[in-house]
Amino acid sequence: MVDVALDNGTAMPAVEQADRARVLQRLRLGDIAFRHLTRGAAITVLLILGGIILSLLHGAWPALSKFGFGFLTTEVWNPVTEKFGAVAPIYGTLVTSLIAMLIAVPVGLFIAMFLTELCPMWLRRPIGIAIELLAGIPSIIYGIWGLFVFAPFLQQYVQPFLIGLFGDIPVLSDLFAGPPYGIGMLTAGLILAIMVLPFITSISRDVFDAVPPVLKEAAYGLGCTTWEVWRYIVLPFTRVGVIGGVMLGLGRALGETMAVTFVIGNAHRISPSLFAPGTTISATIANEFTEAIGDLYTSSLIGLGLILFVITFIVLAAARLMLMRLNARVGR
Amino acid sequence: MALYDTRRRRNKIAMGLSLAATLFGLAWLVLILGVLLWEGFSGLSLAVFTQMTPPPGSAGGLLNPIMGSLIMTAIAVAIGTPLGILAGTYMAEYGRYDKLTEVVRFINDILLSAPSIVIGLFIYEVMVAQMGHFSGWAGAVALAVIVVPVVVRTTEDMLILVPDTLREAAASIGLPRSLMIRKIAYRGARAGMVTGVLLAVARVSGETAPLLFTALNNQFWSLNLNAPVASLPVVIYQFALSPYSDWQKLAWTGALIITLAVLALSIIARTLAAQGKSS
Repeated sequence: MVDVALDNGTAMPAVEQADRARVLQRLRLGDIAFRHLTRGAAITVLLILGGIILSLLHGAWPALSKFGFGFLTTEVWNPVTEKFGAVAPIYGTLVTSLIAMLIAVPVGLFIAMFLTELCPMWLRRPIGIAIELLAGIPSIIYGIWGLFVFAPFLQQYVQPFLIGLFGDIPVLSDLFAGPPYGIGMLTAGLILAIMVLPFITSISRDVFDAVPPVLKEAAYGLGCTTWEVWRYIVLPFTRVGVIGGVMLGLGRALGETMAVTFVIGNAHRISPSLFAPGTTISATIANEFTEAIGDLYTSSLIGLGLILFVITFIVLAAARLMLMRLNARVGR
Repeated sequence: MALYDTRRRRNKIAMGLSLAATLFGLAWLVLILGVLLWEGFSGLSLAVFTQMTPPPGSAGGLLNPIMGSLIMTAIAVAIGTPLGILAGTYMAEYGRYDKLTEVVRFINDILLSAPSIVIGLFIYEVMVAQMGHFSGWAGAVALAVIVVPVVVRTTEDMLILVPDTLREAAASIGLPRSLMIRKIAYRGARAGMVTGVLLAVARVSGETAPLLFTALNNQFWSLNLNAPVASLPVVIYQFALSPYSDWQKLAWTGALIITLAVLALSIIARTLAAQGKSS
């Protein structure tokens, strides 16, 4: 391609031509080197993931080979007798994340709708920035706040109220039973909801903003209300992105460590009441890893980490595949 | 007419709910920041930045964890940024449509939201267990693993936004591809890429979980990265859960420092991104 310029008929001194060839050669080599460098970096990203999986498998092997499949079905967690089962932490992880999503998804979508449809222009930026600041606050801050401010508040006011409210209703009385400790599954779930909320909000807002105004204007022109435009035009158009945002939030909630560790109570048992202390996978690891004595104990904790990684991997991969299928159907 | 009224009522309810949801979301920000400022500022003094972490019951500061955090974050960024930018460059420039890019993007998205405690376990297995002791290096590498996906993602996104006509113009005057990327594409995407790095720093500086069993903690002044190094988030974790009120006070102060740093970083990142857009 470059050589064409050389061949334009005007004679060029041999020295200059040689110089030029050398420069071209160097550029070509630099080109190849840079290409391979970037390619190597891209492959490194894959290697990191491979390394995570292999090292977790390696670390978890003693526990997995000792307990086998029973690791996933046993509730006992006893460092003294060296009997370990992952059911209680898995249960805690799923329940706290479920609580978080039940609250954060509707609230997040409504906030995003407010920001894109209802909010006066001059307020959009400040509120958007505020929501993103909420996303930027490190999780340990949520933890310390949850422990010193939120949990005592729940213990004093909210939990007694809920116990009184649902005390006579069959299923709910079990869910909201027991002494109000303040710390426990519900508190952890609520803190997670606050943490996940900004992620869901900001992604939904971004995808809502991407809807072509023509579509919305057409619907408004037919006489749709704001709600109808949002429900029947914006939401179907953007569901791909919305699901992506929700899944991202779920992934955060499942793996969140510090905020949960502070307020969950770290108790290895499954209790029907949401007020009871429990534990999650990440909280168990954070609490016990450095104090774990014995290879089997450490290995069981790494095994928990492996389970957590597999769960989040499946959630995120499922999100991706779903998005692809939806994309294909929408024809984009 | 009944249908009309129902639709209007439904609309009113939905709009009311959306306003309520927004107030609800903002209320948490106010509550959290309010308490943090209240508790943190009362403990803020010069001693916090000049003295070591104290034993329970005596006064002290947070100098060693602050230094530890700064050093480990700096190393993490120094390792993670070049790697992330190069990988992002491959994905956006060389292999925009090939299979490898698709796979890397998929994996990178997973790493981006992978639980950070799992990354701590990974580095524990790879570095701490092999070396036989906790170390600041392990902490820094664990943080670097968190930096990489953030930078990869923003680099790729920003490079894709650079118009292809610029690339074609560069190619048409005979610029080799690697130079075109470095001189043209990077320049076009610079603001966005810097934003990505700043966001990565903000993300990393509050990370606690991956440091718990890599860098561990250190009560004393130590800049030896082959030994356990204190970091602000881990000290906050330890002090907040302790029964001593002066430790808890320091934890609040540390929390305030981290939050202000993170918020400042993200505001700078935002301004930069806005400037990049307007220019």
